Order: sequence, then C-alpha cells, then structure tokens
Amino acid sequence: MADLHPDSPYMPHRHPEPGATFEWDEEQRRELDRILERYPTKQAALLPVLHLAQRKVGWLPPHVIVKVSETLGLTPAWVFGVVTFYNMYNQKPRGKYFLQVCTNLSCMLRDAYDIYDHLCSRLRVKPGHNTEDGKFTVLEVECLGSCNTAPVVQVNDDYHENMTIEKIDDLIETLP
Amino acid sequence: MTEPIRVLTRNIDEPDSASIDTYLRTGGYKALEKALSMKPAELIDMVKASELRGRGGAGFPTGMKWGFVPQDSGKPVYLLCNADEAEPGTFKDRLIIEKDPHLMIEGMIISAYAIGSGPMSYIYIRGEFAYGAKVLEKALAEAREKGFLGKNILGSGFDHDVTVHRGAGAYICGEETGLIESLEGKRGEPRVKPPFPAVVGVFGAPTVVNNVETIACVTLIVEKGPDWFRSIGVEKNTGPKLYCVSGHVKKPGVYEFPMTVNLKELIVDHCGGTASGLPIKAVIPGGGSAPILKPDEIDIPLTFDAVQKAGSMLGSAAIMVMDESACIVECVWRLVKFFAHESCGQCTPCREGCNWMESVLHRLETGQGRQEDADLLLDMSDNIGGKSLCALGDAAIGPVISGVQKFRDEFLYHVEHKSCLPGTKRYRRLDMPVGAH
Repeated sequence: MADLHPDSPYMPHRHPEPGATFEWDEEQRRELDRILERYPTKQAALLPVLHLAQRKVGWLPPHVIVKVSETLGLTPAWVFGVVTFYNMYNQKPRGKYFLQVCTNLSCMLRDAYDIYDHLCSRLRVKPGHNTEDGKFTVLEVECLGSCNTAPVVQVNDDYHENMTIEKIDDLIETLP
Repeated sequence: MTEPIRVLTRNIDEPDSASIDTYLRTGGYKALEKALSMKPAELIDMVKASELRGRGGAGFPTGMKWGFVPQDSGKPVYLLCNADEAEPGTFKDRLIIEKDPHLMIEGMIISAYAIGSGPMSYIYIRGEFAYGAKVLEKALAEAREKGFLGKNILGSGFDHDVTVHRGAGAYICGEETGLIESLEGKRGEPRVKPPFPAVVGVFGAPTVVNNVETIACVTLIVEKGPDWFRSIGVEKNTGPKLYCVSGHVKKPGVYEFPMTVNLKELIVDHCGGTASGLPIKAVIPGGGSAPILKPDEIDIPLTFDAVQKAGSMLGSAAIMVMDESACIVECVWRLVKFFAHESCGQCTPCREGCNWMESVLHRLETGQGRQEDADLLLDMSDNIGGKSLCALGDAAIGPVISGVQKFRDEFLYHVEHKSCLPGTKRYRRLDMPVGAH
C-alpha cells in the first residue's frame, strides 16, 4: 500500500484512542441549544459547534467529528471538509500552550522571525509539533491583525504584543 | 497640514470605554432613537446623501448597496457585519470592536432597520479575535438589558437581535460571498456572482454585508446628519477614516483623519518617520493586496480615488512602511506566501499561481534565481489576475507586479550576486546555499 499522506484522516496518529467515543455533557448541551436557536438552519451552527467541541477536547479527533455530524444532521465527510478548511480547528493534539507567532509583513519587519527561531530552538521543537512534555506547540501564523504592536505571539486565546526575545523568555518561564 | 480628528475614536480613551454606561454618557443610542422615528427609505436616502463609501476595501457606496435589496422577495433580509479583519496590516476594526463596541452595535440596529432586516443579524468576527468576541457578547447583553435589542425596540415595533459568529482562521471569509458560505456552515469558498448577495445571499435571502467601520459611520451619519458627514473630507471621499500605520515607523497605530490627509505627511509628521532614521524605501498604502508605492509617489491625499490614480489602492487603509534596510524581494515573498496560504483552492490560476509565485520568489531570495524570473513573475501575474472567482488572485499580484516593475534592479541583483542588496537586512534566517548575510 502506498504511504499515507501525513494529513490523511487514516494516519494512525489521528486515532490515538481507537474506539473512543464523545458525548456532550450537561453544560455543553445547554450551550448547544443556545447556539442552535440563533440560526435558521442546523448547518449554520457548524462553526460554533466545532469551537464548542474543540474547547472541551483540545482538538478534533475523528470520533468528535462524527459526533458533531450526528448532532447537526450532516455527514462526517462534510464536517471533515469544513474542519480541514479552517486553520483554527486542530487536526492533531496541541500542547497545553499553543504559541502562534505572526510573521506577516509588519511583524517580519519588526523581527518576528527572530522570535520564531528562538522559540523553536529554545523549546527544541519543530514548527507545528509539540514539545516532548506536551506543554508547548510553536507555529508560524498569518496576520493576527495587531500590526501596530508587532511582533505578536498568540498564546492559546491571548495576544502578547510588542514581543521581544526577553519578553517571550519571561513568558515561557512563568507559564505554569 | 491636516489635523487628526476624533469622531470614530471619540470614546476610546474614556475609562471603561466598552461599557454601555460610558457610551450612554457620551450621547450613545440617541441616533437609534432618531432612526426608529424615521422611515427606512428615509434612512437609505440619508446614507446615500452622505456619500459614505464602504470601509472594507472596495470603497463601494454603502447607500447604493442598501438600495439594491429587494423589499418584496418574501424572504427575511439579512445584515452581516464583516469583522473578519485579516488583511495584512489592518487593525482598525479591532480598535472599534474592543474599545467602542456599542458604536458598531448601534450602527447595526440602525442599518438593519433601514434595509428591512429580519429578526436576526450576524457579526462575523475572525476566530483569532477571542477577546473582541467576548467584548461584543458583553456589549450585546448590555444592549438587550436596556431594551436596544430584542422585541419592540424603544416601543417602535421593530424586533431585532444580533449574534456574534466566530470564524475559524481563514482570510478568504472576509470576501463577502466567502463570509456568507462560512456563515452557512460550509468551507469559505467564494461564490460565482451574479447573483449578488443583495439579491441571493445568506440562507438564500437578500443580504447586505458591511464592514465594521462602515457600520460605525452609519451611527454618526444618523446622529449628526449627512451634511456634517460630507463636510469632512472631499467630494466622493467623505467622512472620517481610520488609517492603520505599521512597519518601520516610529509611532505605529490607528490614526483618524478626514480623507484629505497626505500619505507622506501622515508617515513623516504624524508617525514620526522611520524608527531607524533611514530613508523610506517603499510604502504599501492599502494592505497586503495593494501595489507598492515608491517614496517619490507618496505625496498624495489618502482618498480612494487619489490612491487609485497613483497606481495602487486605498483598500482597508493599512499603510505599511519599509525603510532602506528592507529587501523588497523578501517583503514581496512574505506577502505572496500569505496569499498562497490563504487561497481557498477553488480556482486553478489562484491556487497554483500563488504557490508558484511563492516558490519563484523563494528561489530568488535564496540565491537560486534565474535571469528570466522577473519576467516570469510578471507573466504569471498576467495569468492569475482577473481569472478567478474572487479578488484574492488579483490581490496577490498587486505587490508582485509593482515590486518587479519598480524594483527590477533589486530582483536582478539577487540573480547576479546570489544575495540581497548591500545594506538590506534579511529577516528570515535560511540555510542558504550561498552566504548573503
């Protein structure tokens, strides 16, 4: 059999827990109802529902995608197609702290690549991969819309602006 | 010299500027009261009279856009606020969202009433703006509590509510039909036009998509009148405008001016010139999609029309400044890399072309360029531009064509010397086969 492409849904690393299932908990169900009443179709709720699932699990493994598709009456293939289109839906587990370094023009002109290189070498991690202890993931991302405070590093949901190598070192040391 | 104004940004320095109490204290929601006492058609005429042009990039007259909505389609009309701010260099909408969310919420309710919108409109905010989404949710809850949203708003009989819809990281969802597809729970692939969204938009219903700043301007127009709005700026380029300045400048940030401000003046006098003190090498006046201007071309007023006449576009008014230390090949490469990454993949010229341009620029930058590469880039641009469904392909070739045409010597230097121009700095460290830095 030909080698699978690393992004293939059949790659073994995409199924770290074969046979795993996913159920919405009580709080998520309430949130689901709240989301669904805001849209005229169930399908329109797909993006927020994927965010909801990812907030709980940290990424979107196949069994979660299947659950989302059942919840909204869509096919798993449809949901998978949507997941792979958007950057923010994680298709593999991410570290506890997801360090996203903007390197687009305005950030690049203010030395964002130095910070990016420094993070990769300091944490000894390849871009897009997790550190061995699962604490960090480093990724180069496109414009974060904070060019006046470049360079910017997004850590999970938070922006850290006007970054320098010293500031990113301090940050990494203080993150629990 | 044009002086900065504080109209759209009037509240941002107030303590707790995002709260409804601050907004009400400074005269907030008075425009809504006024709007609800008028007929929707009168409001559309008012916006037409103000000559407001869309602030998202294309500069299309907002009143005209609203006028295209058929009122007898038998379907609800939808208003979508485009807060998917992702154009490289743009950060103006984020300021309004985070610092003065009620200005845009009030504008949305007024706009929704004017276009005869149904019971729900949506703010499509880019997924990365998690804080902005939180601020908006809180502001919407405050507005509901005070009766500005919900059933029978201010006793007018108009029912309306607003939902914050978070995107998930895709630049193309800022394109209005891409945004509509995404809101429907699909991949954000732009649609074939026509039909235009005003006729068949989201959920098959007539739809108006307006940028955050445009909607904020609507509040001001209703509050102070179209004549006041027109008195700021020049004919066909009216009203206050937010300019985002970033890159090699001393004081980057959002600046508010009438559209009479001069680009050179803005960079040199208001932003303090370059941070390094080096001369300016290049300026991008309208975000990553806009063609590059050379220093001798920047003595122009920042109106939609004047910037277009200078061979570029005002776009989202995102001004990126590069000083003499920047390598143009690397800057163009970085922008093209962005477009290659963000192409939705629907149309072959854009999907393949952007990636191809990126690899040609990469090989130039790494000293493996070929003599014919500059012309090859122009030829590729010629085969991408105008050959795809949306404007992303056209956007990608903006910096490429202008870069090659205006800095051809620098491109050729990379081929002949296998390195960047002396005195320029490479920002990205590469394992280069030949040593340049």
